[in-house]
Amino acid sequence: MRGPAARIVLALVFAGLVISPIVIKRFASRRNEAKARLDVQTALARHGFYLQEVSHAAGVNFIHQAPTLDPRLDHIMPQVASMGASVSIVDFDRDGWPDIYVTSSKEGAKNALYHNMNDGTFEDVADEMGVADVNLPGTGVSMGAVWGDYDNDGYEDLLLIKWGKPELFHNDAGHGFTRVTDQAGLPPWINANTALWFDYDGDGLLDLFIGGYYNENVDLWHLSSTKMMPDSFEYAKNGGRKYLFHNLGKGKFEEVSAKVGIDSRRWALASAAADLRGTGHPDLFVANDYGVSELYFNDGQRFHEVGQQTGVGFAPKSGMNASFGDILNQGRYAVYVSNISEAGVLIQGNNLWIPKEGTSGNKLQYENLARDFGVEIGGWSFGAQFGDLNNDGTLDLYLTNGYVSLDRNRSYWYDFSKIAGGHSAIINDAKNWPAMEGRSLSGYQTKHVWLNDGSGKFVDVAQAVGVTDTYDGRAVALADLWNRGVLDVIVANERGPLLIYKNTVTPENQWIEFDLEGTRSNRSAIGAQVTLFWNSQHQVQEVSGGSGFAAQNQRRLHFGLGKNPQVEKAVIRWPSGKIQTIDNPAPGQIHTIKEPA
Amino acid sequence: MSQPPAVSVAAQVDQRPSWRNFFSPENRYLAPAFITCILLAGHLSFGILESYKKTGLAIVASLLTELALGRIFSGKWPNLASAYITGISVGILVRSPAFWPYVLCAVVSIMSKYVLRIKGRHIWNPSNFGISVLLFLAPEAVASLSIQWGNYLPPMVVIWCLGSVIIWRVRRFHITATYVVCFVALAFLRSHIIGSPWQSEIAPLTGPMYQLFIFFMITDPKTTVRSKFWQCVVVSLVAVVEMILRLSQVIYAPFYALFMVGPAAMLIEMWFDSRRTVSARVAA
Repeated sequence: MRGPAARIVLALVFAGLVISPIVIKRFASRRNEAKARLDVQTALARHGFYLQEVSHAAGVNFIHQAPTLDPRLDHIMPQVASMGASVSIVDFDRDGWPDIYVTSSKEGAKNALYHNMNDGTFEDVADEMGVADVNLPGTGVSMGAVWGDYDNDGYEDLLLIKWGKPELFHNDAGHGFTRVTDQAGLPPWINANTALWFDYDGDGLLDLFIGGYYNENVDLWHLSSTKMMPDSFEYAKNGGRKYLFHNLGKGKFEEVSAKVGIDSRRWALASAAADLRGTGHPDLFVANDYGVSELYFNDGQRFHEVGQQTGVGFAPKSGMNASFGDILNQGRYAVYVSNISEAGVLIQGNNLWIPKEGTSGNKLQYENLARDFGVEIGGWSFGAQFGDLNNDGTLDLYLTNGYVSLDRNRSYWYDFSKIAGGHSAIINDAKNWPAMEGRSLSGYQTKHVWLNDGSGKFVDVAQAVGVTDTYDGRAVALADLWNRGVLDVIVANERGPLLIYKNTVTPENQWIEFDLEGTRSNRSAIGAQVTLFWNSQHQVQEVSGGSGFAAQNQRRLHFGLGKNPQVEKAVIRWPSGKIQTIDNPAPGQIHTIKEPA
Repeated sequence: MSQPPAVSVAAQVDQRPSWRNFFSPENRYLAPAFITCILLAGHLSFGILESYKKTGLAIVASLLTELALGRIFSGKWPNLASAYITGISVGILVRSPAFWPYVLCAVVSIMSKYVLRIKGRHIWNPSNFGISVLLFLAPEAVASLSIQWGNYLPPMVVIWCLGSVIIWRVRRFHITATYVVCFVALAFLRSHIIGSPWQSEIAPLTGPMYQLFIFFMITDPKTTVRSKFWQCVVVSLVAVVEMILRLSQVIYAPFYALFMVGPAAMLIEMWFDSRRTVSARVAA
């Protein structure tokens, strides 16, 4: 065995192993060639849908603008001032047509509220409604917005989060908004990037979670010190605090985070709430940048952080998204968390947390199956949402990405990786960070539209179905903008245009939608779950008060049904605990349902 | 990474107090014990590993490859201390969501010892070879550890102190010290040349990747030259080549620098050895 022949065999095997990564790469690139762009008819035939960007035709010409922060951050301004493009869907005037609210982040720039004109176009009414001029110098700039009817008057109210003063606007019956921040008792300054409405204690009043990013004592326009960056790339705990505002009624809120067990200074970028254990209480998932995710089980009175216990809070990454979806039609939610992947530098991979077989309730555990399901590598990923884009009966996944697109030919990654590995004393101080000098950092990235085959595999069809933009994507929201029974996609881009991808779905695939209104529960019905049973399968969806990254989907729940559906029933579990069953709901309709008394 | 020193004076070792035996240069298990401590401390306190499975896979792949190749090509079961270090190094330094890079890197690293040999010596540090090849050929699937283990100074100080003591006990502290001095000096030079903050140039040295690099990789007895003086010269050259690569914004500059300089130094030493042998024969 020790002779020359054995050595030759060994050498050949060795050479084969060494070149194997090249072979794997070749195969992968051939597979990617198959994802070439398709025309509408071919895309419809092959994938069942096609997305066409129609923002200009719809009268939407919104460009997000970034802030200009303290001059001592000039050298790294593009990466510090890299968030703020957000989108949320609301029917603010209850005319039955979804409207769009988008934020800009330049000092003095205006946010826009696009009123759906029911004719395929939108009109910006933010100015006349009083929710446009909200980025005044000295008050901070917008980072996101979520809508919820906090006073149960039937009209969705607006919470605006900022790197600055959070603002609450009361919706005056769809005719305008009144600023009620001071009466509500919100704090003077939060550097927030995530917020959501949910009724954590089931009292019928929407409560409010806000997650801080930078420490709330940092005024990014007037730094007292440049030591305001994270103190670690993966273990940072010097971020902003978390707030839970308990709705006391009559427009007043009490901050109760410490009292109910939420105490974290991780750098929160995304949050979402859903009843993950079937307890009737919404649990809270927080995706943190520079660290592990946090999962708070809610017993209706207190929250218990169970990130490590459940498996989602063990490996630190750069969490930038949190969204739920019953992707296997099993009546259980998967959680999608986006992270950073850059070839040759940092391969964190996104997380798709799937409930482990045989675990439930307080013993619930998750495993990351992003790789197995094919939704792991998404570049510098930001916002993502689950939704049935082709109405085939399974939830698909839309992911946007791209961090800083400047000079295409020069990358900041080398310098970024150098400082990211440094000790806290170095990484924490902005003055130690090398200047960006116009270089890109994971810029010009192609997006991902992952189509769910229903059996645990997602295939990226973005290019094929018309999603070809390479802007620095941040927020994604899904809504049936024109009440056609399809989910359109709205994407907010940093320093870029708001994109509206109008969806065309093959007509054989049918759909059903549920527009819920609470009576004993909060009127927005946030937290209400609909489990739809059809064709011997079932899927659960929940009305959300904010999910993804800086985004909120339409409140109306949309189910794709596939071909020739036999819909057996829809079971609604209202936040009040009331169970309502609707037998044989007709497909192809929007079912407006009020919670029974 | 490094090969544990061979047991050569067992009798002397036995006469020492037990703690001194453990810290003796002859203890082949000193380096494996140290790197295991780093791994456990890092993971239990900060969760540094991608997963237990992946690190375990790298270690098992490394051990099995060593066992098989050692048995086949030397006719006896090999000591597994060095393969363990290689496996654990791969498990810590390779960062990938996939499993295959851990296996491939470990297997290629160990195989390189048996394939890439000149005059009976392997010339690349095994894990340096495996990691460099993988980073170069599969950048879309693999990265290397490049972030801090937590925010705290004390663990870092402990690793540096313990590492220094162990490296000193195995008589290779001069290599580590020379490299660190050169790196720091050249960091200031780089800072001056490209105008970046000196702290950002020093920053990588404070990270765990460098702790593993300077304690385990550049000190490998099997793949460094013999003379103490030339060891210092070679490691200085590694630092210089690394600086050149860093000026070209090569992210994994230290791995590639050692990949290039280490074997070149070994080949030159072999060439001198063969010339000396020829001269001695002629003289005889």
